[in-house]
Amino acid sequence: MPYRPLSGMALLCALAVGLCAQEKPQAFTNAQIIPIAGDPIAHGVLVVQGGKILAVGAVGQVKLPPGTQVHDVTGQVLMPGLIDSHSHIGAGSGGDGSAPIQPDARVLDSLDVRDASIQKARAGGITAVNVMPGSGHLISGQTLYLKLRTARTIDDLLIKLPDGSNAGGLKMANGTNSIKAAPFPGTRAKSAALVREQYIKAQEYRDKIKRANGDPDKMPPRDLGLEELVEVLDGKRIVQNHTHRHDDILTVLRLSKEFGFKVVLHHVSEGWKVADEIAAAHVPCSVIMIDSPGGKLETRDADWRTPAILEKAGVLVGFHTDDPICDSRRFLRSAGYAVRAGMTRKGALEAVTIANAKILGLEARTGSLEVGKDADFILLSGDPLSVYTHVEQTWVEGKKVFDLTNPEDHLYAVGGVGAGDSRRAQLCCFTSAWDLIMAANEGGNQ
Amino acid sequence: MKTSLRLLVLAALAIAPLSLRAENVAITGDTVYTMAGTPLKNGVVLIRDGKIEAVGPANTVKIPADYRVLKAAVVTPGLIDAHATVGLSGLLNQPQDQDMWEKSAPMQPELRAIDAYNAKDPLVAWVRSFGVTTVNTGHAPTALISGQTMIVKTLGHEADEDVINPSAMTSVTLGRNGLNAADGSPGSASKSPGTRAKAVAMLRDELIKAQEYAHKREGKDEAKRPGRDLRLEAVLRAIDGSQPFLVTVNRQQDIISALRLAREFKLKIILDGCADAPLVINEIKASGFPVIVHPTMQRSYEDMENLSVETAGRLHAAGIPIALQSSYESYVPKTRVVLFEAAVAAANGLGFEPALASITIDAAKLLNIADRTGSLEKGKDGDVALYDGDPFEYTSHCIGTVINGQVFADGPH
Repeated sequence: MPYRPLSGMALLCALAVGLCAQEKPQAFTNAQIIPIAGDPIAHGVLVVQGGKILAVGAVGQVKLPPGTQVHDVTGQVLMPGLIDSHSHIGAGSGGDGSAPIQPDARVLDSLDVRDASIQKARAGGITAVNVMPGSGHLISGQTLYLKLRTARTIDDLLIKLPDGSNAGGLKMANGTNSIKAAPFPGTRAKSAALVREQYIKAQEYRDKIKRANGDPDKMPPRDLGLEELVEVLDGKRIVQNHTHRHDDILTVLRLSKEFGFKVVLHHVSEGWKVADEIAAAHVPCSVIMIDSPGGKLETRDADWRTPAILEKAGVLVGFHTDDPICDSRRFLRSAGYAVRAGMTRKGALEAVTIANAKILGLEARTGSLEVGKDADFILLSGDPLSVYTHVEQTWVEGKKVFDLTNPEDHLYAVGGVGAGDSRRAQLCCFTSAWDLIMAANEGGNQ
Repeated sequence: MKTSLRLLVLAALAIAPLSLRAENVAITGDTVYTMAGTPLKNGVVLIRDGKIEAVGPANTVKIPADYRVLKAAVVTPGLIDAHATVGLSGLLNQPQDQDMWEKSAPMQPELRAIDAYNAKDPLVAWVRSFGVTTVNTGHAPTALISGQTMIVKTLGHEADEDVINPSAMTSVTLGRNGLNAADGSPGSASKSPGTRAKAVAMLRDELIKAQEYAHKREGKDEAKRPGRDLRLEAVLRAIDGSQPFLVTVNRQQDIISALRLAREFKLKIILDGCADAPLVINEIKASGFPVIVHPTMQRSYEDMENLSVETAGRLHAAGIPIALQSSYESYVPKTRVVLFEAAVAAANGLGFEPALASITIDAAKLLNIADRTGSLEKGKDGDVALYDGDPFEYTSHCIGTVINGQVFADGPH
């Protein structure tokens, strides 16, 4: 199939967002709908318009507005777009090797929105993602929550908060990844001491600002790092904390209690050992599901039963890919393996949708199919927990961003020559090379 | 249904404590994939003294009263991982348990897996808990010649007792991972091989040395015969075919280089990895060599940038003999599980039975152990995997693994 340029209407929409609000409603009918909010609907319809969900319900019970464009998706499963609460797609970065604490570094200033990994995430049904800097620092920088809309620049992916700022968290880590040669800490206790010291500075910085009471002469000099930590202290920014061992998990809970910041525990390989303590602290967990334990000392005791044990203890559980550790295209495997190891099906499906929305503080706009929420959804060929199921389409805010029947999208979904490259460059000499690539994947040299 | 079957098996396991010796076992399955003919509905596999005594529909096989009975929804031959590093690259990933890569020289064919294999590493039990009963494991594809592989049962006793073939193949790697700079260590870029051309030149030189060595060893004047050389002996076994090169290649030019090398020295090789295989599928087919395809879900970067989950299916459709593998991982997951790799291949063009064959009978043929394992047939080893549903489904469990008639219940996993 030849590459099709943007249609006139799509182009208009891209140029003038305002026009899109006038677009026709679209209905997806005859699907098996898993709304996450409420029970599955065997024979359902989803109606969207202007990037929002207008209606969701059983066929026959939902009235289609006049002029609705109807997509018959008989035989497919429709569910909310997947949300990945911890990923490294887009080849982003955070702090450098100069210091263990760098809250001033922003993923925002580093992301390549044309990187193939982002297209692969869309192919995996991921519609929203927390892109994090690495775990080699106590504080490695500001994370970015993104919607995987079709994008030319990073601005096309941002999630804007009511105050106009970009949604995102703060990446922290403890345990061995951030323990290394000076100026990094050499021990766990030193790691915690450095973090406490920094948060105390942030408290004092915040107090100075308060005392200045708007008087510019009394304001402390701006400090980009402390400003971010003040956002954390004020509950505006959630700490997304890499942590494996049970004692490191407890350290995170201890620091979070001391400074009163909101935190999510990430990876939590030994979460099963301290599930009750995590539950008592009302702290959510974003769990990684790896094909085998080990690979580093801290994950020796990693266990697939962790999500089930945490769920039973009453902890809010999400999953993440940590892409490239796990492939975004197989994110649903995490839910499958968690069910295999005792988690409820409901809990596992929530863990890749609404639970992760809550973990990122985005539950008001995405994570479930409810009227008024963003039209972020995926169409699957079958049961979301089956290995034989394929993600067929991914929609973000009412726009299709992945379609398995499109040869380019198919390439990113399955791999092949060119799948490691960025999305096709347009208006460029590269076009002919791309055609060669597509031909190579279709025919090989047979 | 599933749960009750699982409970039955667990109850059976609880009554009879695990024995280190083979038991006489009867395994009944709603579906038994013998991989030797069509699947049996309601089938029975009898194992006596470690060997398969009978296989057939329940109404044709009488279960002796003193046999331990195991029940499962799906029964398959014990799974075979055609290329792994378990037992050499241990769970902890610390210096003391990483024996898959000796960095002192680029070509060390004399290194034997059996001198490094740790049968007690937890990852051996881990892969066994998913039904894997046999692995072709050894030195990782991290050097031009990294060492030898061994074929071993995942019994977890000790290397000499569990081994099937102590010197199965010799690991050769062309392309980026076979170059000396591959580990990124400072200064190594100045050591050979630093380029693809140099790597092949070194390999050709080694093969020529082995040929000359063989010639001199057969010389008439005994006094002039060279002494034994472990390294050249191993290379010679690749030339005479008794211990072939397992050539890990991913870029298409490296696949072609491997085939060129094989032609020059009349080698029978086994191709391994082959991310770019679809680009040179005709050449691979014409060579007649089998391919141990890269793990379906391996990360796509560097030489593996072009890998596709559909490659196994395409090679199979082209009539090229394939098997699947867990390969080598330097970080998490420390080992892949070949069952999961086959599952994703099954769902992406290979199909259920060819995918199952790629980790049972086809892998056995490729490893030259089909006389012992890989299918459920009378006289073969009592190697069986038991599942409570479709083995490839994420939510199914392996509820028991039997090796040489010894029952393991590591799971249900």
